[in-house]
Amino acid sequence: MEEKLVLRELEWAYPLRWDEIKEVSTDILILGGGIAGCWAAIAAARKGLKTTLVEKGATIRSGAGGSGCDHWESAATNPCSRVTPEELTMAMIKDHNGYNNGISHYIECREGYDRLLELEKMGGKIRDTGNEFVGAEFRDEKTQFLFSYDYENRFTLRVWGTTFKPALYKECKRLGVEIYDRVMATSLIMDVNKQPSKVLGATGVNGRTGRFFVFKSKATILCMARPTRIWLFSLGLPGISEFRPLQCMGDGHAMAWKAGVKFTMMEKSLRGQWSGDRSYPPYGTGNTHNTWYACSMVDADGKEIPWIDRDGNILKSVSQRYRPSPGQKFFLKGGGESEFPLYEYQGPDTLPVEKLLENGYKLPFYADLPSMPSHERNVIWNLMVAQEGKSRIPIFQRYEEAGFVPEKDLLQSYGKGWTSASFLPRERQLFGTPGGIINDWKLKTNLEGLYAAGDQLFASDCNGHAAATGYYAGRHAADYAIQTSQSILDNQQVEFERRRINSLTNKNEGLGWKEFNLAITRIMQNYCGEIKSRELLNIGLKLLENLETKEAPNLYARNPHELIRSLEVINILTNAKLIINSCLVRKASSKHLHFIRSDYPEMDPLEWHKFITVKLENNKVKVGKLPIDYYGSLKENYEIYNEEYTKKRIIS
Amino acid sequence: MNKKIYVDQESRIVNPIIFDQNLCTGCNRCVEACQVDLFIPNPERKKPPIVLYPTECWYCGCCVMECPKPNAIKLNPPLMNQIYWKRKSEHKY
Ligand SMILES: Cc1cc2nc3c(=O)[nH]c(=O)nc-3n(C[C@H](O)[C@H](O)[C@H](O)COP(=O)(O)OP(=O)(O)OC[C@H]3O[C@@H](n4cnc5c(N)ncnc54)[C@H](O)[C@@H]3O)c2cc1C
Ligand code: SF4
Ligand code: SF4
Repeated sequence: MEEKLVLRELEWAYPLRWDEIKEVSTDILILGGGIAGCWAAIAAARKGLKTTLVEKGATIRSGAGGSGCDHWESAATNPCSRVTPEELTMAMIKDHNGYNNGISHYIECREGYDRLLELEKMGGKIRDTGNEFVGAEFRDEKTQFLFSYDYENRFTLRVWGTTFKPALYKECKRLGVEIYDRVMATSLIMDVNKQPSKVLGATGVNGRTGRFFVFKSKATILCMARPTRIWLFSLGLPGISEFRPLQCMGDGHAMAWKAGVKFTMMEKSLRGQWSGDRSYPPYGTGNTHNTWYACSMVDADGKEIPWIDRDGNILKSVSQRYRPSPGQKFFLKGGGESEFPLYEYQGPDTLPVEKLLENGYKLPFYADLPSMPSHERNVIWNLMVAQEGKSRIPIFQRYEEAGFVPEKDLLQSYGKGWTSASFLPRERQLFGTPGGIINDWKLKTNLEGLYAAGDQLFASDCNGHAAATGYYAGRHAADYAIQTSQSILDNQQVEFERRRINSLTNKNEGLGWKEFNLAITRIMQNYCGEIKSRELLNIGLKLLENLETKEAPNLYARNPHELIRSLEVINILTNAKLIINSCLVRKASSKHLHFIRSDYPEMDPLEWHKFITVKLENNKVKVGKLPIDYYGSLKENYEIYNEEYTKKRIIS
Repeated sequence: MNKKIYVDQESRIVNPIIFDQNLCTGCNRCVEACQVDLFIPNPERKKPPIVLYPTECWYCGCCVMECPKPNAIKLNPPLMNQIYWKRKSEHKY
């Protein structure tokens, strides 16, 4: 009884600083301290610039990759790789029918391995130094590297990713990066008198104290990943509404959109693949993808499920699942990289579930670790599951404590591939190289002084990509900042933002953020679901605008934590509008964009095979087009823009 | 405006984090590692943190990974996420 009373009178644990404004002046401002943000900070700090990192959570473990990662993709320059960066990037581009970020993935292929080597120096583990896998066919005896997927071409490494984020955090601190944890960036401050307008800094608010921040910078880098909670929201378990952490919900897209940043491919969304309250923990059920590639499976009667190559030939050994087909140079992942893999790059996979059921295989299916060769079993369970994002504690440790023995137990599968659930067509997610900010060869946005990296870029994915693009953006932003001076900020913008934020707490009652989020997802499911049309999208947009003008002003936060959550849902609404606007302007359906317009049913007509871009200009959506290969020759352009880095790499 | 405010612990729809009162030293390392920021430190020194917003948990386990005291903090995933497995040798065909 007494304890309950005490809890009811719990005082807010942190000093309240609602009325304070903290001004911070810096050379390079990085918004978002995930994988990309930390690498951007390291690059800028190494150039001797004053570097400030603003992170909403806790840099030590924040972001999608904070808890771990088990494979490092596209390390095409590692000494064992048999594919070139050009071959690999072109494969990724072609596998998505051109709808991919040629620049950022080429950077990933050229520099991802360099970042991995540096991670090792910072304390990250990237080699089998304990010699646990000596003799395994995925191990290179000389380098002690362990590979996954294609054992012949060796461009994806298995890594001990739980060590990465703390190592990056330590390195940022060592280099003197000024880190502001628990601060949510809320808006970009612009110099609107310049054309194109220039970014002068950002505002922020602390989620524990409510203190308001004004950051002034010479160059700013957006590293806040991508939108979530647009179609999926769980009222009961909001923390697992989506695949990504709760607070990684796309603030960066919303503030960039409002500032006039150009986006592309935001019309692309996939049928849901993973959400915590609808499916089982990722990597925690019997499956054959990612972490679990290429685990053996059996049906309810213990009958082994066949693996096939791209031609449908049944593979006789486990080893063949990790090899290209006869006549194939290399393959991208199991099955393929995109949802519609090209024959040229298609990897081995199990027979499709529908085929299996037709052929009398009985549900449920199980992952059969016991029958795997011991090195393969151990590498899946003891390395991959133990090192993957949000799986070391909830899966590896907890299952073992509950008695799971990988040598003895069959782990049930609950759905196709790794998704472990079936979603409705209208329950969508930005998954599998979705849209985002469009970039040039410096990873600059269309605004002066503004760069972007990691999952905030269009068609992005993966740790290696985030690390490589983060470092690259940090380097180029630093080069820009060195020749720039700081400008004077427009106080009106700052005051406007401060008033907007204060209005959420300056009342005694109002609307909660969860109800607001749920309302957005309902509108998006109804009007921007699988099948889209002008009529549906326009109604959706109108309803979102109503929500924005009539209901958003009623949002009410009782403490700084709730303030962050409330500001987030306003950003989610902005992102939903950005998505609908992008859907309205592509007037053709497209297979690889998972985009169906009932009023423009023709799939991929040639005249629409291009990037459609959108940006906000004077409160109107401005539409543009870019050729599907706008980035030009990968190698040539890369080397033109990165002469110094290329030279240094050759010397070292 | 900087007046005192009080908070309620969100109702326990789920119970993601369980502390062992005897092992936890109240060092708050877990509080500082959680990116969702769902804990607050206990007003009583050396006592386990308070799980203020349990439904916001992402179940990543970072709080457990950062805790220096073995078994002081446990992750407790929601019941509906319990997974089935069976012993292969006891499997009858
Ligand atoms: C469970 C899981 C497992 C994965 N496994 C792998 C793997 O094995 N291999 C692989 O290559 N990839 C993997 N990925 C993908 C990979 O983690 C991401 O692609 C990568 O982390 C993206 O890096 P990023 O820096 O762009 O974004 P993140 O790492 O997500 O960082 C974004 C950061 O921005 C912060 N932020 C957001 N909004 C604001 C704001 N308003 N103000 C300040 N800060 C803000 C967030 O708190 C966060 O720290 C996995 C992802 C998940 C979720
Ligand atoms: S659970 Fe561990 S990290 Fe958290 S306060 Fe207790 S001892 Fe410290
Ligand atoms: S599991 Fe992750 S989200 Fe949940 S309390 Fe721990 S650190 Fe926070």
